[in-house]
Amino acid sequence: MSDPTPPPLLSVRNLRIEFPTRRGTLVAIDDVSFDIARGEVLGVVGESGAGKSLTGAAIIGLLEPPGRIAAGEILLHGDPIHRLRPDQMRHIRGRRIAMIFQDPLTSLNPLLTIGQQLGETILTHLDVDEDGARKRAIALLDEVGIPAPAERIDHYPHQFSGGMRQRVVIALALCAQPELIIADEPTTALDVSVQAQIITLLKRLCREHDTAVMLVTHDMGVIAETADRVAVMYAGRLAEIGPVRAVVQTPHHPYTRGLMGSIPVLGADIRRLVQIDGAMPRLNAIPPGCAFNPRCGAVFERCRSDRPDLLPAGATRAACWLFDAGHASEQTR
Amino acid sequence: MNGKPIVSASSGIKTPSLFARIADNDLFYSFIRSPLTVAAAVVTLVIFAAALCAPLISPQNPFDPATLNLMEGFTPPMAPNAFTGNVFWLGTDAQGRDIFSAILYGSRVSLLVGFAAVGFAAVLGITLGLVSGYVGGWVDSLIMRIADVQLSFPAILIALLIFGVFKGIVPPSVQDKVAIYVLIAAIGLSDWVQYARTVRSSTLAEKNKEYVQAARVIGVPAPVILLRHILPNVMGPVLVIATIGLALAIILESTLSFLGVGVPPTQPSLGTLIRVGQDFLFSGEWWIVLFPGLTLLALALAVNLLGDWLRDALNPKLR
Amino acid sequence: MLAFIIRRLLQSVLVMLTVALVAFGLFRYIGDPINNMVGQEATLVEREQLRAQLGLNDPVPVQFARFVANAAQGQFGMSYRMARPVADVIFERLPATLELALISGIGALVVGIALGVYTALRRDGWLSQIIMSLSLIGVSLPTFLIGILLIYVFAVQLQVLPAFGRGEVVRLGWWSTGLLTESGLKSLIMPAITLGLYQLTLIMRLVRAEMLEVLRTDYIKFARARGLSDRSVHFRHALKNTLLPVITITGLQIGSIIAFAIITETVFQWPGVGLLFITAVQFVDVPVMAAYLVLIALIFVVINLIVDLLYFAVDPRLRVKRSGRGS
Ligand SMILES: Nc1ncnc2c1ncn2[C@@H]1O[C@H](COP(=O)(O)OP(=O)(O)OP(=O)(O)O)[C@@H](O)[C@H]1O
Ligand code: SF4
Ligand SMILES: [Mg+2]
Repeated sequence: MSDPTPPPLLSVRNLRIEFPTRRGTLVAIDDVSFDIARGEVLGVVGESGAGKSLTGAAIIGLLEPPGRIAAGEILLHGDPIHRLRPDQMRHIRGRRIAMIFQDPLTSLNPLLTIGQQLGETILTHLDVDEDGARKRAIALLDEVGIPAPAERIDHYPHQFSGGMRQRVVIALALCAQPELIIADEPTTALDVSVQAQIITLLKRLCREHDTAVMLVTHDMGVIAETADRVAVMYAGRLAEIGPVRAVVQTPHHPYTRGLMGSIPVLGADIRRLVQIDGAMPRLNAIPPGCAFNPRCGAVFERCRSDRPDLLPAGATRAACWLFDAGHASEQTR
Repeated sequence: MNGKPIVSASSGIKTPSLFARIADNDLFYSFIRSPLTVAAAVVTLVIFAAALCAPLISPQNPFDPATLNLMEGFTPPMAPNAFTGNVFWLGTDAQGRDIFSAILYGSRVSLLVGFAAVGFAAVLGITLGLVSGYVGGWVDSLIMRIADVQLSFPAILIALLIFGVFKGIVPPSVQDKVAIYVLIAAIGLSDWVQYARTVRSSTLAEKNKEYVQAARVIGVPAPVILLRHILPNVMGPVLVIATIGLALAIILESTLSFLGVGVPPTQPSLGTLIRVGQDFLFSGEWWIVLFPGLTLLALALAVNLLGDWLRDALNPKLR
Repeated sequence: MLAFIIRRLLQSVLVMLTVALVAFGLFRYIGDPINNMVGQEATLVEREQLRAQLGLNDPVPVQFARFVANAAQGQFGMSYRMARPVADVIFERLPATLELALISGIGALVVGIALGVYTALRRDGWLSQIIMSLSLIGVSLPTFLIGILLIYVFAVQLQVLPAFGRGEVVRLGWWSTGLLTESGLKSLIMPAITLGLYQLTLIMRLVRAEMLEVLRTDYIKFARARGLSDRSVHFRHALKNTLLPVITITGLQIGSIIAFAIITETVFQWPGVGLLFITAVQFVDVPVMAAYLVLIALIFVVINLIVDLLYFAVDPRLRVKRSGRGS
């Protein structure tokens, strides 16, 4: 019995993440859904605090208490993984989903050689002996572009530069050939000159190994160059999602347009939206209706009462009432 | 177009002044929500009040020989005395002294020394810290070196040394009279370093801020700048150090008195009472040492709990 | 590495000289040494003779230099109270204090680290909460009160342990040890607990705080994200990093055990240098005070040096130089 359309590699369905606090429950992620296909690079952008890292942490099962998944599901090849026991989840982490953090300077244990750190990761996931693990570690270091890997493998993290350390981190993430890598701002902490190299490397390796990437970044240049699709997050919700060209060149959601600079769009008079005034609301003060409405230049009645779902908008889908079928008629009336 | 977009919601979190923070409901909230802290506060207040009102509430003046009746010696707690039929809540000691009264008066001495020593240490430490941070240069180096060396020696040793010096210098005839001041000085001198360090680092951070610079430019004298601008910023941490310092000072005082180098026996503190009572442990009169000991423990524990809570509550990083 | 050690040694010498200056100040200016040595009946001439003989008329720097030279050879003159060379008295009593400090120090370290790690890993468990609450009592309980309580329970009520003294000792050369006899070991139990309990609570709280800090770091998160087992994350990655800063403070703690032994030795009448010192303070026996001070400082300095070297051995960032290679 073969399924005609196999489920996507990763599927996030109506994800809701809450932080219970003594002043009520904070909803940090609210009704977020998206898919990632095999080998696809999904860029995730949004202001600081939009919930990008939390989404990543939820997928790999490392939400820190008191944060918890309150609703929704996360499916890997159609199998739910958000309710797995910790020991079951461990076999997914590193083996099928890997994660890369922002700062390579703090991502590596300073007291262990990189060989020790690679070795234990390989031994955890693959059926090899110590020798085999070491061989694989050296091969990995070579693959990520560390010169003289057989010698460098016994060095400590502090003996590497920032860019080199991020290469080591990538090697660590690739140890067990995962299907998905969540890269949370992998270049933000690096020198500008090194950033491009690391992104190129990541891109190349993932293409070669057919690994999908959820690439969180603030750098629209990187997104435009690397991603297949882009998800824009705002205040814990998806604002817009779609193919990279469409989102970057013809964004529809007023917030995305603010992010991309002002690109006037036919059919809607929001030419004034040159920059976005104000700040993203705090989690305990998200307005009813559309979360963006206090800052939106195109705001109207309905935005303040009803929350928009993702609606088809050109080549993308945007959570904005401007693209509701009823809106156009309302305008003409 | 690229780079960090637009605005960040959490820019420049300012630490509000201590009083603003105390007034803030959060502090009160965390207080009410922690039953242990409330209990600690109650215990502390009760002991403070009892010590303050000792002459009013104690059944006898335990250190006025005229009120003591030797026949009433070694009366166990809550049992009528074999000769006089008087009942003492916590029993009596060898001379018929009511332990309850002795504890009230003893706490008075312990608290007096504790508070005075903390005050002394705080004033000394804050002053040195301000000077060290503001003046800088060799003055700073000198003060901080002394602090380093002193910090590596336990307070008890420093206090004992100061006491040894005192005994060697002051003629025995007046030793008893001034012992309590020496005790205060010894404890205070052994505990100023933390204040100095905290205040110094805060001063270093503040002194180049614009408003301090501006005050300096318009010719406001340094001491005024320090007191008006820098001091309020450090009151939170200082309060925490002082609270925990009070517990330490009380313990240190009782320890010194227990070792026989603290307050004279004519003016006993809790530590002295325990020292005296220890001898009767072997003959079965446990109450003479137990009750002062428990009081000391309750006091130190309650103040420590308050200090712990205060530290967590005032630390914005943990909230 | 060598430069580092030399710098540390120089610093140590400086600290020792400072302490020696304080000790010398005590020695020279507290009370009149002559009075203490010859008693009231000596004539003025005799006094003057002794004064010259002891070099008390020399310039102060010369006297200080002589003091330091003597101290370096372990000579601190005669005890006023016991009329015996201070060095002899101290050496006689040193083994008792060192054995007590060592046993309680090791105990405090082992138990303190174990409990600290446990309470950090099971942060919200009920046992951890109980241990943490008890530890606050441990910090608030004055050492002497612990001792008295133990004596009352185990010596007076249950009568299973001796209330004071060191029990039988065995001589090994100049060292006298209580570790080889039953009564010696029994006598050691309560003093060791009394002395170690406070250090134990401090070490435990420190390890806990440090461990919680480490568990929040990126490299621990990354280790978890790679699917490593909890055991590996906690004990291979977190513990080692936790113990690094703990080494320093623990070193100082162990040093201060020697000084805290003063209290324990008083409670249990333990015949060590602490008891000697407290008696010296009460009787203003200045040479003994001065010698004790220098001894304590020496122990501190040595422990500090050991701690530095240990740090060096454990932390590759100090040991292995950064190679200039790489982008
Ligand atoms: N422990 C917590 N308690 C309460 N709120 C939290 C907690 N952790 C995160 N949050 C909130 O969740 C929201 C999303 O945080 P997240 O780290 O995912 O943002 P981000 O999009 O990754 O931002 P950045 O670009 O700064 O990395 C933030 O508003 C943050 O305040
Ligand atoms: S829903 Fe309304 S407020 Fe929200 S983005 Fe669209 S127009 Fe603006
Ligand atoms: Mg983030």
